[in-house]
Amino acid sequence: MNELPPFLIFFLASLLVFPTRGVMRKVILLATPILAALHIALNIDPSVNSVFSLLEFELNLLRVDKLSLLFSYLFCVASLLATIFALHVNDTKQQIAGLIYAGSALGAVFAGDFVTLFIFWELLAISSVVFIWSRATERAISAGVRYLIFQVLSGVLLLAGALVHYKSTGTLAFDHVGLNGVSGWLIFIAFGIKSAFPFLHGWLTDGYPEATATGTVFLSAFTTKVAVYSLARGFAGEEILVYIGVTMACFPIFYAVIENDLRRVLSYSLINQVGFMVTGIGIGTALSLNGAVAHAFSDVIFKGLLFMTMGAVLHRVGHVNGSDLGGLYKTMPKTTLLCIIGAMSISAFPLFSGFVSKSMVMAAMVQEHYHLLWLFMLFASAGVFHHAGIKIPYFAFFAHDSGLRPQESPNNMLIAMGMAAGLCLFIGMQPQYLYSMLPWTVDYWPYDLTHVLTQLQLLFFSALAFVWLNKQGLYPPELHSTNLDAEWVYRKLLPAGVQRGLAFAQNLKASAWAVAVAPMNSVRRSLSESSMAKYNLSESWPTGSMVLWISFTLVAYLLLDIFIYE
Amino acid sequence: MSEKSNAKHLFDDPRNVDRLLRVFYAICVLLVIVDFFVHRHIEMWWEKMPAFYALYGFVACVVLVIAAKKMRTVVMRKEDYYDE
Repeated sequence: MNELPPFLIFFLASLLVFPTRGVMRKVILLATPILAALHIALNIDPSVNSVFSLLEFELNLLRVDKLSLLFSYLFCVASLLATIFALHVNDTKQQIAGLIYAGSALGAVFAGDFVTLFIFWELLAISSVVFIWSRATERAISAGVRYLIFQVLSGVLLLAGALVHYKSTGTLAFDHVGLNGVSGWLIFIAFGIKSAFPFLHGWLTDGYPEATATGTVFLSAFTTKVAVYSLARGFAGEEILVYIGVTMACFPIFYAVIENDLRRVLSYSLINQVGFMVTGIGIGTALSLNGAVAHAFSDVIFKGLLFMTMGAVLHRVGHVNGSDLGGLYKTMPKTTLLCIIGAMSISAFPLFSGFVSKSMVMAAMVQEHYHLLWLFMLFASAGVFHHAGIKIPYFAFFAHDSGLRPQESPNNMLIAMGMAAGLCLFIGMQPQYLYSMLPWTVDYWPYDLTHVLTQLQLLFFSALAFVWLNKQGLYPPELHSTNLDAEWVYRKLLPAGVQRGLAFAQNLKASAWAVAVAPMNSVRRSLSESSMAKYNLSESWPTGSMVLWISFTLVAYLLLDIFIYE
Repeated sequence: MSEKSNAKHLFDDPRNVDRLLRVFYAICVLLVIVDFFVHRHIEMWWEKMPAFYALYGFVACVVLVIAAKKMRTVVMRKEDYYDE
């Protein structure tokens, strides 16, 4: 029993979901993440490796160390919160997908070799797209297809990279890869797609906002965090990640300011937060790596909480367009309060979870003398507060009164959001428990006077800017719109290019035909103009006339035979 | 609509909004005043500037919003742009 890989608990549970109904099924759904977490805590011995042989390869389904353990606990917590949030949904497809999705995430973080990683990588893709398709709108279905193409492409690149890696090193073990040679780059881009690197992020901002109200909560927790884990495992200390991470932290906030769909705003802010993690991985010191994974931990919970509050609004109102919401605090006060807690956590207010994890990455940047980039990250920190911390709660729950008076969120949603909010506060106020789980040993404490004061100054004056811009009427109004982003390349440019290409090919065919046919026509014309042309028989030779002439000939022979030889 | 929707809520009264904002402004002022009395650890030269973080936060957000507004002229399309 000790070596039972935890993902199997989820996969077995998904089989049990089929024959059960009602309360029994809900008990199974809720018990699974709890059982898995207990199994990991009690039965799994760190530093165990459970190796299976398949053909000539050795598959390592259970490589346990502090890094994989941290993420496995995180995924159990995320799965439990999302399951409670979705408990009212009676959709077998989504329930099974939820179990397979969370189980695959666990499988991926315990995978000790590339083949195992690849299998769970693709299972993550296939199970997660169910949450987008279950929305069953035309937009959701096509967004789901695009999402799946990117995810599967990432898997294909991973497999290709792994095979080249095997060829050159003779091992499939998934340890530090580094950016050496083709295999390193292939695997790097595979991880990069899943962690939404700039220009490869279209699937995220395209797909997540189209998923079901409960589905986005699942989606936000696993895919990108498995990618962050994989980057930390395979590419720690690659300097290019610092620059990629800073870009990821900065560019989405501009889009987030002008985006109307509040779940798309959160998707942009998800990329922004992953940017902090990627930067931490790129710096590669013990402090920065700890910061990256600690931030992944707190991000899953506060971003989950924010997606839950917007999911609750979507559930009650039917849309999450900032332009048409407002004043919901009047009838959804509890959801409002929980949303504010999530917003303060993501903005890294002291006493909230973002503060204790993001600050590690920022401190590591200063230590390693990335001073200029640190200024960019400070800009991104202010920007996060602006779009996720203020914009989300303000436009949904306050702003102008939209006249909407939806009911308070259902109880199961309130419980899930309450638990997530409680965790945000607990991590923020008692960070020592999270710190003790971190993989690298580091002596770091976030609460000192300088840090608290400077962070409060930054945040309060960001808020002051919001108030001032609003009072001056300079703040851009929320508008029904689509903002062009990386996906424009494959949703407009490529299709238009293909269409142009096809039209061009058609023109080419027509002109080639004309060129080939012209000499034939001139030959025909010259024949018809020759002196022979006046004889009708030379003009055309229909079979009918041939048959006629043959029968005339035969009749002639017959007459000759009868009358002459007699 | 039910009776509840006509009930007065916290921010229906503009005086409450003003009160909230006044508290908020007071905290902002306080944070700047404190900056002159607390000895911050300084790692980079620009941190020596008094109330550097407050200034940076304010300027960053104004720049962010103005730039994003400008960005709209380039990237904004109709809501059904991709559906056509």
